[in-house]
Amino acid sequence: MINNTKKSQKKNILSLEDVSISYGTFEAVKNVFLNFKAGDITSLIGPSGCGKSTVLRALNRMNDLIPNCSLKGTVLFDGTNIYDKRVDPVEVRRRIGMVFQQPNPFPKSIYENIAFGARINGFTGDMDQLVESSLRKAAVWSECKDKLNDSGYSLSGGQQQRLCIARTIAIEPEIILMDEPCSALDPISTLKIEETMHELKKNYTIIIVTHNMQQALRVSDMTAFFNAVEYEDGDGGKVGYLAEFNSTKKIFNSPKEKTTQEYISGKFG
Amino acid sequence: MIMNSLYYQKKLSRNVGDKFFTSLSVFCALIAILPLIFVVTYILIKGGAQITPELFTLEPNPPGDDLDAGGINPALIGTLVITTIASIISIPVGVGGGIYLAEYSNGGPFSKFIRFGVNVLAGVPSIIAGVFIYALIVSTKILFGSMYSGLAGGMALSILMLPTVIKTTDEGLKLVPNELRYASLGIGASMYTTILKITLPTAFRSIATGVVLGIARAAGETAPLIFTALFSYYYIVGFEDLFYEMGSLAVLIYNFALEPYDAQNKLAWAASFILVISILTVNIFSRILAAFTEKTKRV
Repeated sequence: MINNTKKSQKKNILSLEDVSISYGTFEAVKNVFLNFKAGDITSLIGPSGCGKSTVLRALNRMNDLIPNCSLKGTVLFDGTNIYDKRVDPVEVRRRIGMVFQQPNPFPKSIYENIAFGARINGFTGDMDQLVESSLRKAAVWSECKDKLNDSGYSLSGGQQQRLCIARTIAIEPEIILMDEPCSALDPISTLKIEETMHELKKNYTIIIVTHNMQQALRVSDMTAFFNAVEYEDGDGGKVGYLAEFNSTKKIFNSPKEKTTQEYISGKFG
Repeated sequence: MIMNSLYYQKKLSRNVGDKFFTSLSVFCALIAILPLIFVVTYILIKGGAQITPELFTLEPNPPGDDLDAGGINPALIGTLVITTIASIISIPVGVGGGIYLAEYSNGGPFSKFIRFGVNVLAGVPSIIAGVFIYALIVSTKILFGSMYSGLAGGMALSILMLPTVIKTTDEGLKLVPNELRYASLGIGASMYTTILKITLPTAFRSIATGVVLGIARAAGETAPLIFTALFSYYYIVGFEDLFYEMGSLAVLIYNFALEPYDAQNKLAWAASFILVISILTVNIFSRILAAFTEKTKRV
């Protein structure tokens, strides 16, 4: 019902099969089926509390770091269920990188911010070259090139976020997850990051959580709309679910679900 | 309804009460720091007068030789050696324990037990640490047949330092924002790389501050050393001296302050002076370190 079949020539790189995620006894999101295509930008949208960030963090096992968080179902990446007991989450995160809501550069120099990830991943090539190309790809090279040895904190918020993107690119992941990467930034920085994403699309698969529907419309090929409903037993708690998943064009122009229509036209959220 | 004037009225009972309690608390605060001021000035005056260059180079003479008491060189070096040993033992263990508590434990019964144990250990009277090492090391001659030794003294002091080091490491690491850990883990760093390369360096200054305070506390302890390092009149010349009785400033003060001879008493004052000055210096140093930490955090 939800799976998109039109673009089937592209390979599924990441698939969620009947995924439910809970924090302790509280179920945050349930029964999600979702296929991410290689080379696409997919955005996850929906009202607060619908579990879209939770789903995103589940994709590279960042949820492991949150106590009591548990996942049921299968997340298939490259033919492997990343929640298999034999899987090493460190390896998963090397291949599926993440950019966070708040820019969080390391308290090191700009150069070291990039080199750190590459070095721990066993990069042996020309580090200067890698730093430059990563910063270029993240469209922050011109601002950084004269102060590579300055602290990452010396950059503005938008530059810091692009530095964080560059840091993620430097480890050559297959997928980049972005959790509301622009929510702490001004419109101009936001625009720059969106341009960066268009550039990155050539080499990477990007999955982005966003509160900004215009952003989803601008950057993404596919859009997944998550919604939250109150529990059937009605104690006021809400559980998230995937309401609709389709190409961004269809979601915004001719959504199948009434809730999607209402959300994108701003009736709730 | 009567409208009161908006101007401040001294005679109003709430204002009188307010004045009274303000002055009372200021008065109590002053009394609270009086001992510190008196102790420090008294020692500075009494001890400061005894400071001579020979003090730092000579051995103390045995009591009875009233004319010349000698110096405190062995005790000074002994204190340095013993606190160094204590640091070598307690810093790795304490930092490691703190890392476990802050980074690896998930708040389960085991970590709760350790936190509780650390708090209890922090409250254990220092003399107990001395008796414990006495029973374990000194009376059993377990260290190559030596009994009282600088090594045993260092071990006793390390027990006192341990809770401070664990606690400050634990708290220092907790201050590191989780975003930094996520950032590192999110680009595929393992837990141990993250701790070693990101979390620990970020928390370094606050941990160092705590460690320095722990050292300052241990350096002034007397009771645990009486049972373990005892005292020595002789220069520390080589490595093997670690296995023999070793002097320390604190025990020198304890021994010589009680002597009936004036010369020895003066030596005790001089040692007090040096001990107080060094502990004060270390405390101020750690303050500066802490202030520096605050500044870098706000970046």
